Amino acid sequence: MTARVGVVLFPGSNCEHDVVEAVHAAGGEAELIWHGATDLGGVDAVVLPGGFAHGDYLRPGAIARFSPVMAAVETFAAAGGAVIGICNGFQILTEARLLPGALQKNRGLTFLCMPVTLEVVSTRSVLTRDLVAGQRLSIPINHFEGNYTCDAATLQELTEQDRIVLRYVQNPNGSIDNIAGICNAQGNVVGLMPHPERASDILLGSADGLALLRSLLGHRVPVGVGATAGPAQAARA
Amino acid sequence: MLVEVALRPGIADPQGATIERALPALGFDQVHAVRTGKAIRFSIEAVGEPAARSEVDELCRRFLTNPVIEEAHVTLTADTSTAEAAR
Repeated sequence: MTARVGVVLFPGSNCEHDVVEAVHAAGGEAELIWHGATDLGGVDAVVLPGGFAHGDYLRPGAIARFSPVMAAVETFAAAGGAVIGICNGFQILTEARLLPGALQKNRGLTFLCMPVTLEVVSTRSVLTRDLVAGQRLSIPINHFEGNYTCDAATLQELTEQDRIVLRYVQNPNGSIDNIAGICNAQGNVVGLMPHPERASDILLGSADGLALLRSLLGHRVPVGVGATAGPAQAARA
Repeated sequence: MLVEVALRPGIADPQGATIERALPALGFDQVHAVRTGKAIRFSIEAVGEPAARSEVDELCRRFLTNPVIEEAHVTLTADTSTAEAAR
C-alpha cells in the first residue's frame, strides 16, 4: 500500500504543491490538508511546508501554531506519527514546542536562497533512517530566519540523544553547531531548514531530497493513530 | 498597555549590529550597544492593575514572545476614558 502524506496548507504557505509533487516523485501519495481542519484524514505522515504561514506576523510560526489543524498534528505526533517541518514548517514546530530551540534571523542578515551541502548526522529520524551517517546531500535552502539556536543544556541533550539529524558542511546562517535539522526524542518529529522537495529531480540540480522523502514514506504510523486511519502496514511502499 | 519585546541578552541581534555599524558614517561614533525589538500597544479591560498585569504576563508568555530567544517589558498605564465614557 502506498504511503499517504498530508501536506498542511496554511494561509501563506507556498511550498505545498512542490512537496506534493516531490512525494509523488518519491513514490508516495500526497494530499493537501487545510489548516482549519481538525482531522488529518488518516494520512501516514504529515508535512508542514515552507512559506510564510499567516504572513509570519509577530514571529514565523507564532500564529500558525494555533491553527486548528495543529491540535490534530500534536496528537498524531504524540502517538508516533511522522511529522516533518520544512523551513517555515520547522519554525512552526519550534513555536508549537514539538521541537526545542528557535530559529532566529540569519547571522549575515540576508535572505539566503542557494544549494547547500548537508551531512547526515543521525539516522534515527523518520527522515534519515534509510540513509547513512556521514552521507552528503545537496539540497537548497531558502530562508531569512534559519539560524537555529537553543540553550547549552538543550544542545547537549540533542547531541547526547543523537537528535541532530542534518548539519551544514559550510554554515550559511550562523546556526549553532552547524545544525540544519533536528528531531524529537522519538525521532518521529523532524524539523529542517533545507527544502528536500526542491531537490527532487536532477533537472532541478539535485535529486538528493528524494532519499529523505523515501525514508519518510517507509515510516508507518502505529495502529490506531489518526481518527480514520486504516491498519498500519509494515511493508515499505 | 505597552509590551516591548526584545531579544534576550546574549542572543545575537544582527539588525542592531548592522545599525550600529552604520552610525559612525553619519558622525554618531559614540553610540554603542544598539539592540532592536518591537513594541506592541493595546488596551485591555480588567478589574484592576494586578489582574491586567497577570493577564498580559500570560499573553506575553504564550504568544507575544518566544521565551527561548525573547523577553517582554510591560508598561501599564491606566486608561479611564473608556470607563468614563460608559457612565
